[in-house]
Amino acid sequence: MLVLGGLAALVVTSPGWPAVQETFFSWKAIKSSFPDVLGGFWLDVKMFVIVEVVVLILGLVIALVRTSTSPALFPFRLIATVYTDLFRGIPTILLVYLVGFGIPALQLSGLPTNPVVLGGIALSLSYSAYVAEVYRAGIASIHRSQRDAALALGLTPSRALRHVILPQAIRRVGPPLLNDFISLQKDVALISILGPQEAFRIAEITAASTFNYSPLIAAAVLYLAVTVPMARLVDRLGGQSGVKA
Amino acid sequence: MTQTTAATGDCTPDALQTVSKGTLTVATDKPAYPPYFQDNDPSNGKGFESAVVYAMAKDLGYGPDQVKWTVVPFNASYAPGPKDFDFDVNQISITPKRAKQVDFSSPYYTANQAIVVSKGSPAADAKTLADLADSKIGVQIGTTSLDAVNSVIAPTSQPQVFDNSNDVVAALKQGSVDVVVVDVPTALYLTATQVPDAEVVGQFPAPGGDQWGALLQKGSPLTACVSKAVEDIDQSGELKQITDRWMSQAAGAPQLPPS
Repeated sequence: MLVLGGLAALVVTSPGWPAVQETFFSWKAIKSSFPDVLGGFWLDVKMFVIVEVVVLILGLVIALVRTSTSPALFPFRLIATVYTDLFRGIPTILLVYLVGFGIPALQLSGLPTNPVVLGGIALSLSYSAYVAEVYRAGIASIHRSQRDAALALGLTPSRALRHVILPQAIRRVGPPLLNDFISLQKDVALISILGPQEAFRIAEITAASTFNYSPLIAAAVLYLAVTVPMARLVDRLGGQSGVKA
Repeated sequence: MTQTTAATGDCTPDALQTVSKGTLTVATDKPAYPPYFQDNDPSNGKGFESAVVYAMAKDLGYGPDQVKWTVVPFNASYAPGPKDFDFDVNQISITPKRAKQVDFSSPYYTANQAIVVSKGSPAADAKTLADLADSKIGVQIGTTSLDAVNSVIAPTSQPQVFDNSNDVVAALKQGSVDVVVVDVPTALYLTATQVPDAEVVGQFPAPGGDQWGALLQKGSPLTACVSKAVEDIDQSGELKQITDRWMSQAAGAPQLPPS
């Protein structure tokens, strides 16, 4: 507390503080830009919700393929491995750029040209690769005896997976999954490089036209309003699973 | 703008309080785009703004080898705190709101906004600005083009706002936007070299005028002298020569009436 107070005092008494306060924390500029930034934030929320659903499904499919053992599925395992390596390894911003500007450049009919859709595709590719690995870790953490017991009871391998392994695995990886989604909630701002006016872009536009960065603070507050409650939820879930374990 | 009373004699390399003594440190973004710069090299004296800077430097008594260029992204140019450049030239429009945060020199150029469309698209037949209201419009961030689009064309769907003119061009090429609104010189360069399938259908003056000035730190002791240099080369006719040489095609596009 004392350290924080000391640091705060150091910042506000620094010679440059009035200028910093005026350009970054101008209450007037934050207030006047807030309605516009909030309007843009709805696009972020819609993006985030839709991409999240896609990612949850796609990630699970990839994880199931990667953890499969049947020799017949080997080509799919290979594809799934390459997929996660590739899309987890490329910086998300680069992926958004490549998909957003690359796919329309192919000029194939039927492919989307809407930048919001393209941005959503890029984010889904990136995050499904992450989430697949989280699922996979969860599946791998369920002891082999669970599967053996389920098979011994007469369940088929696929029913054992569905009714015994996955329910346990998914419960166990709840907190890390939510952690990835907090990250996704912020990364939707990356689609702004493709042109859509979401919260960050609107804040940037206002900042550039007034030479005052304060609207960015308004955007930051909005992202926090979504990510902080999510973080508390992660804490609570983490606490619960800790008790059970 | 700060009005420092600078007698003519004060604006010399010896008297000017530049970032590094005896050198004029000038900032611009990278990549530096034609026709304002050429070959992404501000120090070759080619391109409109490069030529303007060397003419201003000569007026202040600096030789070409005493001009040092530094890279400053547009978004960083107006950050508070001490700046590591003496002034920044980057097609920066002078507005009263911006002038609260930084100093501007006297303007060295007045830019109209140009409308660029893909050849053969419906927007290519636009006779008035109102004809463009239903088009998908793209602009570059930080430019006054967005304000011009919102207030003059009032499009029915939100304009898309890109990071730099390369991305604006890419979006036009791919058809994610039908219409691009940029400064006239940029538009003529784009249609001449980067997107031959596009054409300039017209131009219109930005609301309130769009004048470009050199950007300086708020309260900079150099502002008066930099302004004086701009005014000097303007009065001597050198600015007009430079403008004619690098921006000459800018007058060619027809004016579009509002509706």
